[in-house]
Amino acid sequence: MSTSTAFALLANGTCLPWSEVPESSLAEFLQATRSELDRGGRLCSWFGVPDGDAVRLVSIVGFDADNTLAAARSAPIRGGYPALTLTHPQAHLFERELWEQHGIVPEGHPWLKPVRRIAGDAPANGEFFRVDGREVHEVAVGPIHAGVIEPGHFRFQCAGEEVLHLEIALGYQHRGAERALPGGPHRTTMFQMETVAGDTTMGHATAYATVLEALAGTEAPLRAQWLRAVALELERLANHTGDIGALAGDVAFLPTMSACGKIRGDFLNLTAIICGNRFSRGIVRPGGCGYDLDPDRSSRLFEKLAAALKDVEQAATWFWDAASVRGRFENVGTVHASQGAEIGLVGVAARACGLVRDVRFDHPTGWHRFGQVPVAVWPGGDVFARARVRSLEIQRSGQFLKEQLLAPPEGEIFSELPPATPDALAVALVEGWRGEVCHVALTDSAGKFRRYKITDPSFHNWTGLALALRGTAVSDFPICNKSFNLSYCGHDL
Amino acid sequence: MFVLDTLTHRLKRGCETMAYPHAAPPPLPDRHGGALRVDASKCAGGCSDCIPACPTQAIGRIPGGPIQLDLGRCLFCKACVEACEPGAIQQTNDHRMAVRKREDLLLGAPGQEELRLAAALDEKLRKLFGRSLRLRQVSAGGCGACEADVNVLGTIGWDLSRFGISYVASPRHADGLLVTGTVSRNMELALKKAWDAVPAPKIVIAVGACAISGGPFIGHPEILNGAGSVVPVDLYIPGCPPHPLTILDGLLRLLGRLENSDRLMAKAG
Ligand code: SF4
Repeated sequence: MSTSTAFALLANGTCLPWSEVPESSLAEFLQATRSELDRGGRLCSWFGVPDGDAVRLVSIVGFDADNTLAAARSAPIRGGYPALTLTHPQAHLFERELWEQHGIVPEGHPWLKPVRRIAGDAPANGEFFRVDGREVHEVAVGPIHAGVIEPGHFRFQCAGEEVLHLEIALGYQHRGAERALPGGPHRTTMFQMETVAGDTTMGHATAYATVLEALAGTEAPLRAQWLRAVALELERLANHTGDIGALAGDVAFLPTMSACGKIRGDFLNLTAIICGNRFSRGIVRPGGCGYDLDPDRSSRLFEKLAAALKDVEQAATWFWDAASVRGRFENVGTVHASQGAEIGLVGVAARACGLVRDVRFDHPTGWHRFGQVPVAVWPGGDVFARARVRSLEIQRSGQFLKEQLLAPPEGEIFSELPPATPDALAVALVEGWRGEVCHVALTDSAGKFRRYKITDPSFHNWTGLALALRGTAVSDFPICNKSFNLSYCGHDL
Repeated sequence: MFVLDTLTHRLKRGCETMAYPHAAPPPLPDRHGGALRVDASKCAGGCSDCIPACPTQAIGRIPGGPIQLDLGRCLFCKACVEACEPGAIQQTNDHRMAVRKREDLLLGAPGQEELRLAAALDEKLRKLFGRSLRLRQVSAGGCGACEADVNVLGTIGWDLSRFGISYVASPRHADGLLVTGTVSRNMELALKKAWDAVPAPKIVIAVGACAISGGPFIGHPEILNGAGSVVPVDLYIPGCPPHPLTILDGLLRLLGRLENSDRLMAKAG
């Protein structure tokens, strides 16, 4: 538990007056953040709040075992400060982002480059880390990849087949999603939140709505919280099933690939029973849900869910029974638990190195306070473990959904939100299917957004993919990449 | 053992590819609503309630004239349908939405209550692409959902390759581009290069509200408001994201392979 007076404690999905977020001198603030991280805290968010021509730093730390979050802010600063990254690598991308967004220099940062820069040319036209040597060659891939996937650039330094280093340059999907938020919420904001990462609509939309509800000093009606939890697990099922299929495809195990491709669509169609859209659009609205799940619809959903779960169980069994699949996945693309903790991995990638990190369990909010899903953990940190965790989560989410659909709470699905508290800070974490989605909002004196920070799980996890490739054959990149399956747009905002 | 299991299971399931377009298409989810229809004659004396309801400013009014709804900007949120008391804006439940020209997505004027469905490519291009169309997909500043539903057409349920349509890795092997996303400034160069690399004659298909107009991010300085700002678009498929059936309909319509099924649908009313 945090003992530092530089931090104020708050629970997930709640809000705090900005004046109660302790403000310390820069040195004290940095020291306090370091010691909280040393104590086992996790950096959930780290960003700047402009104040005239100066910037205040804000640090949000998660104490998973204590089910609590802690927030602190610095006095306004200009120029720079000694980088946290030197001692706490989990801060490295946050600090690059802070530098890009506000010009505050994290001094001594080992690799200070833009995160999503727009400078008239493409992000990959910058400087890359290079390994020298006569036998060393460089492989550049992207932004446009071979398949139908989002754009990003990968630069490998290889000695023969072996990857010595992988650098990932993103930003191609940058649409200004976060930049547009101050002064909001705007008319388009809810719709932009649903498309921050289109495969994580429930994750981001729920986090956004939770932030607004916390700012309004209220909660969505219980029935809406329940429906959000149901749709969140449907989103997880669809994506995990798709990932198992894609992994099977990459090792040429076609039965599971073709079955999962279809079953993934079946899960998406279940979401469409709720809202008409396969990607959960319109389900979450600040104050509740945009649609209700009437009993007739619910029983239709239940029936189809049971069938799809049986199908996916069957397809996964073929997959796990095949020695050829296991042989390709074991000891490939390994990230050790200590590395995972150091770089701040979240979600599936973290649980696959044995780290028990799951917002639904660590920081339960909404319906997860009443209905629990067991955390699925697998040691190993390799492609096998990441596939395994997905497989386990398919079973557990399926079980959870079956229970929940039979016991819906009664009541309203929506209630109009009161106005937002002015000058307040709200934090919401949601366990999206990839991992922790973190939204932080700070309101101004009129209750409008003064600052809004979005952190997609991919923001934490891309470095995990880069580490997984070290010492791995470059030909194993596809299975390593699929085993993480990170979001480009969620990172690029 | 698992080989036998796999085989028996597959045999038991039989063919999972849908019969469409040789039979009726699968129904859209009942809450989807399909394409919108705007009957401006029902629009009572300029209440304009629909205009502020729309998140993407898809609806406007020519002063003194009828309202105009741009389906290229539409996210299909149904807010306008609910806002319109006289019922001038309605859902058709029709999955068919692909058009050849941007202005064919503008609804409202007399005679233009509905979108003007795409005509097939001309004879020469149909001869070239009608039975074999290779597309290079370029994802440029979207959310990944359009990509997912473009991809799903390749799965066994839809089996796009039975129409001779497939996605290829190199633009040099492609007959055209299928663009998704708002076209972020950061993807402008890559999209141009991909376009230049496709040998002529070539086509461009814009899938989803983002690729048509910028979608939910319309007007952001970080984006170029759709594919049309960089490459010439031959087919627009609206939606956020479009249902796979809508995308497939667009592709087949462009290749002139739906005339039979249209006749069937017209007969069924
Ligand atoms: S349905 Fe389309 S046109 Fe109507 S309000 Fe929603 S986005 Fe605007």
